[in-house]
Amino acid sequence: MAVAVASPGTPPTRRDFLFIATGAVGAVGIGSVVWPLISQMSPDASTLALASTEVDISKIEPGAIVTIKWRGNPVFIRHRTPKEIKEAQDTPLSDLIDPATDQSRVQKPEWLIVLGVCTHLGCVPLGHEGPYDGWLCPCHGSQYDVSGRVRHGPAPKNLLVPEPIVFLTDTKVKIG
Amino acid sequence: MSGSTTFVPKNPVLKWFESRLPIIGLVHSSFVAFPNPRNLNYFWTFGGILAFMLVAQIVTGVVLAMHYTPESTLAFASVEHIMRDVNFGWLLRYMHANGASMFFIAVYIHIARGLYYGSYKAPREILWILGVIIFLLMMATAFMGYVLPWGQMSFWGAKVITSLFSAIPLVGDAITVWLWGGYSVGNATLNRFFALHYLLPFMIAGLVVLHIWALHVPGSNNPLGVEVKSKKDTLPFHPYFTVKDGLAVVCFMLFFSYFVFYVPNYLGHADNYIEANPLVTPAHIVPEWYFLPYYAMLRAVPNKLGGVCALFGSILLLAFLPWLDTSRIRSANFRPVYRVFLWVWFAAVAGLGYCGSQEPVGGIVTASQILTFWYFFHLLVVLPLLGFFETPLKLPATITDAVLSTTRGSSGAMVAARTTASPSVDG
Ligand code: HEM
Ligand code: FES
Repeated sequence: MAVAVASPGTPPTRRDFLFIATGAVGAVGIGSVVWPLISQMSPDASTLALASTEVDISKIEPGAIVTIKWRGNPVFIRHRTPKEIKEAQDTPLSDLIDPATDQSRVQKPEWLIVLGVCTHLGCVPLGHEGPYDGWLCPCHGSQYDVSGRVRHGPAPKNLLVPEPIVFLTDTKVKIG
Repeated sequence: MSGSTTFVPKNPVLKWFESRLPIIGLVHSSFVAFPNPRNLNYFWTFGGILAFMLVAQIVTGVVLAMHYTPESTLAFASVEHIMRDVNFGWLLRYMHANGASMFFIAVYIHIARGLYYGSYKAPREILWILGVIIFLLMMATAFMGYVLPWGQMSFWGAKVITSLFSAIPLVGDAITVWLWGGYSVGNATLNRFFALHYLLPFMIAGLVVLHIWALHVPGSNNPLGVEVKSKKDTLPFHPYFTVKDGLAVVCFMLFFSYFVFYVPNYLGHADNYIEANPLVTPAHIVPEWYFLPYYAMLRAVPNKLGGVCALFGSILLLAFLPWLDTSRIRSANFRPVYRVFLWVWFAAVAGLGYCGSQEPVGGIVTASQILTFWYFFHLLVVLPLLGFFETPLKLPATITDAVLSTTRGSSGAMVAARTTASPSVDG
């Protein structure tokens, strides 16, 4: 770029000005074309609109897990037994890979609602399986407890709790 | 060596054309007069086989695309429609699906050839790196192609592999959602994968041109790893290597046909004949066989980011091979210690492939960990050190010397006579 010739002392020429101005407009131009090309890949308006689901939970027996679909992903609704609740609450935080109290993950202790997406690479974990009787991921063997917290890798994080969860009535819950 | 040509067409029309666009001369110098080392063995035919496979995939792929529907509620049915209703649809699909496997068999042999005979060493580094990039694009293409039939393995394979990006710190989740175009693998994902699956093979074709260009500057390596010193060491590409490559392609087609006509689903998974269901993961998900070694490495590391790094690192490291290997001797035939280590490494890769196909429990996990360790140890420690400690065998002075000395004895005189009579390479 021999154009930037304005050696110390010589005032910038008209050519220097044109060079820099053209370059700057060119950069902005490229940026403004590239951005739409990148942005078009993000979730579109119709995907974003499918945000919430209402579920009737009156038929879910204690001990049972029901899977529903929310935003294209499975969500587990687990009606926990008193024994399971106690187990989840009594687990010391020092035993956890991604420490979180059971209370921080549920609104009502008997209802655990988590995203059924393994935080390793996205498989759907199998319920009532594994040494913690929570979930076991069939893909690479991650284990989760009755609070959906990861107890054994490779998954790095607890099963996500979808937000927001609103109990509309005692038997109806709204997710998203 | 890069065959500049003195080729002049005799036909006046072609002459007129050639003086305006000298493309016939380019083909002539690259694939007719081009001087190849006279001692190439059949491992050197896999380049031609790969070119054939690329063309076969593009031809069958383009016609499949005339009947396929890239929409998540219709894709699975459209593939069944290809299989049942479209004239010869079953044949085209089986050729395309098995063709991908054949493509990978050929590329693995081609890469192993390069490793054994040291083809990545100076002055062929760029050629080698272009090869690694082609390999990466092939993997991307095959992965996205496998998603298209929208079966259970398609869907869950796509989910697991795209989720690899979520391991990237901070921006990982955002990148994954961007790749999916939604909160999970879905219609948007299928659609973009189809567009890219159509595009990438043509990008591969472009890179193949560069690969061959970079090959034709220094010329081919050979089983001795000794550079060509004179014309006597070479033979013209046509007819010697066109025929040799041609024979190899025909034999490969027989092998390919066996799969297409007798065991078309042997390399596939039964689960992929079940339509994708985002709520149920199949009990045992495995990728296509050609990804198994990498899959085993991913699972061997009990940490998400670590596993992903091992997976990508294992391939990226190959690009650095010309600098990791400190020995100046190319062919493993003259490197007694490297040869043993290389076979052990090949065995480790095969072992990883086996581990990748099994459920990740107990001994399989430990074995994958040991083999993954060895994969990297070989590339990062053994290779750099060997160059300093190994005493290579004595290299022959020229290719011709070696060729003649192995056939010396009763037929020696005859071979020598034949050599002197061998056609000279013009250009
Ligand atoms: C590098 C070359 C290519 C490779 C390795 C490759 C690989 C694959 C694979 C593994 C599948 C899944 C097959 C199955 O299980 O059904 C597939 C499907 C498909 N490919 Fe390709 N492909 C290549 C080139 C192309 C090209 C150039 C097109 C042109 C548009 C194409 C179009 C398709 C279509 C429409 C399908 C879906 C139909 C089906 O599943 O059989 N492919 N490809
Ligand atoms: S996806 Fe669940 S352990 Fe890998």
